[in-house]
Amino acid sequence: MQLNREDLLRAYRTMRLIRDFEERLHVEFATGEIPGFVHLYAGEEASAVGVCMHLGDKDRIVSTHRGHGHCIAKGCDVDGMMSEIYGRKAGLCGGKGGSMHIADLSKGMLGANGIVGGGPPLICGAALTAKVLKTGGVAIAFLGDGASNQGTTLESYNLASIWKLPAVFVVEDNGYAEATSSSYAVAGSQTERAQGFGMPAQTVDGFDFFAVHEAARTAIDRARAGEGPSLIHVQLSRYYGHFEGDGMTYRAPGEADRLRTESDCLKRFRAQVTEAALLEASDLDAIDRSVTEQIETSVRKAKSAALPADTDLMTDVYVMY
Amino acid sequence: MSKKSFRQAINEALRQEMRRDPRVVVMGEDVAGGAGAPGEDDAWGGVLGVTKGLLSEFGRERVLDTPLSESAYIGCAAGAAATGLRPVAELMFVDFLGVCFDQIFNQAAKFRYMFGGRAVTPLVIRAMYGAGFRAASQHSQCLYPIFTHIPGLKVVIPSSPYDAKGLLIQAIRDDDPVIFLENKVQYDQEEEVPDESYTIPFGEANLTREGTDVTIVAIGRMVQIANQAADRLEKDGISCTVVDPRTTSPLDTGTILDCVAETGRLVIVDEASPRCNIATDISALVAQEAFDALRAPIRMVCPPHVPVPFAPNLEDLYVPNAARVESAVRAVMRHAARQGART
Repeated sequence: MQLNREDLLRAYRTMRLIRDFEERLHVEFATGEIPGFVHLYAGEEASAVGVCMHLGDKDRIVSTHRGHGHCIAKGCDVDGMMSEIYGRKAGLCGGKGGSMHIADLSKGMLGANGIVGGGPPLICGAALTAKVLKTGGVAIAFLGDGASNQGTTLESYNLASIWKLPAVFVVEDNGYAEATSSSYAVAGSQTERAQGFGMPAQTVDGFDFFAVHEAARTAIDRARAGEGPSLIHVQLSRYYGHFEGDGMTYRAPGEADRLRTESDCLKRFRAQVTEAALLEASDLDAIDRSVTEQIETSVRKAKSAALPADTDLMTDVYVMY
Repeated sequence: MSKKSFRQAINEALRQEMRRDPRVVVMGEDVAGGAGAPGEDDAWGGVLGVTKGLLSEFGRERVLDTPLSESAYIGCAAGAAATGLRPVAELMFVDFLGVCFDQIFNQAAKFRYMFGGRAVTPLVIRAMYGAGFRAASQHSQCLYPIFTHIPGLKVVIPSSPYDAKGLLIQAIRDDDPVIFLENKVQYDQEEEVPDESYTIPFGEANLTREGTDVTIVAIGRMVQIANQAADRLEKDGISCTVVDPRTTSPLDTGTILDCVAETGRLVIVDEASPRCNIATDISALVAQEAFDALRAPIRMVCPPHVPVPFAPNLEDLYVPNAARVESAVRAVMRHAARQGART
């Protein structure tokens, strides 16, 4: 596994942080205090963390509208994220972006994205930068099964392949593009599509952190070695709707509840590491407690943070104008 | 006649046209929802429920859930329109225009001209526009000036449920590509709407009120804002005409010029970004054609030249409101009074 104790603790902590962040947003959104659209990542944590554990600040990712998990996994400040989601000046984007556009370029996080399929071409650019400037960095596009049907995505597969870009496409297939099933909307298979563009590809169980982590290692090592892009097809599910407020009538009755019981990357991780005696249950319990506190503090800070000033409306459009 | 919401008015227009003409099909992302999924069919009926119920009446042959592939399905709708169907494609948020613009402006809009008048492309593209939903920069734009700029497209921006129904039926029966824009903030607004089918012609402005002092031309949701301002101004004895062009292409230039000739003062309210928008277009028209009628400079009430911000307090500052319209009207009145004093 090649993960030491510190790595395992970090992986669990990050997944727990994402889960609690999202569970708390679910509660807070219902109060009406959070403006706009929020798309929760709960259930999918092993994907973001399994991939981003291999990355540093020189590596870049792009995310999707369901971006909170990728942000946290890539090291974005949780307080800054929470404040952004509340539309506060202290937010990572000064309150101008909100949930769908959280970014922290200093962490290599090139943004959540409100346009489905908006990210893959950008990641070709980030990979090109790494290649031309020889930074040793890699670039990762997280995208959903919905985005896998966008022309931008397929064009990016081609471009990344012909230029042997240090890129990895992580297709998080949660079974639904909004309310439409991927079994209806996706022809062929994700991995065969990649292979059609000459990219190695594999499908992994997205509830298994170790499976994602291992697949990501292979793909990222290959990219760093200058051998070109790969694709990872991560099969997983979201516990909540497409957005908060989605009645999920397109899902089978009890589907989300069943997933929580049967397919939970956190529970699976706990079982795996305690059974192998890599970590004690008490280690994980301590993380659970500390994360609960962290999220509590973060929400409190966000709620009491100042709003952007009126003059902020007019700033940040250009560098100079 | 019964009270109907903007949403119901549009749904009824689609339903009546689909009953009337088997060539009318509806397509888009989750226009029904639930395709291939284990739960309910017609799970969404459009992301905000506008097309709800069409699936049960017309089936999946005519109510087509598409993959998230705007270029493919908007282009598909254009191709279908040019070959015998009358598709109503839903782009969801107009911001997604960015993903598929080529199929609209290089393909659908130009078939007829490029093919020497031999092509007919009865395509309708429905999309939601406008700020006020806390949906941030990529889900809140207006963008109708961009469509208006393209020869070959017709652009419809209804301001009320009544207009929405009549204009959408007209759009579906129209033989040219029509961009039909709905303000997402208005879907729940209600008014009396006839149950039967009716059309409202394109290029005919609606005077939502008539006055003698100032002409206010307003686009889409801004028509309501303009009328709110006019209500307040009325109390101070300032009488406004509020013109709703209903379509920005074709544009009813005659009515606008007539109104300006009558009042001598013009305020234009446009929620689109301020450079090269409908306000600047109408402003240029009036400056060129009715300069002598003007008793004060034209004033435009638009958002600032910035993307739509997320933070609610900034977004509220961004969108034109009645207070800003009111102050623009007072400014043109003051200017005219000063000029009068000088002579």
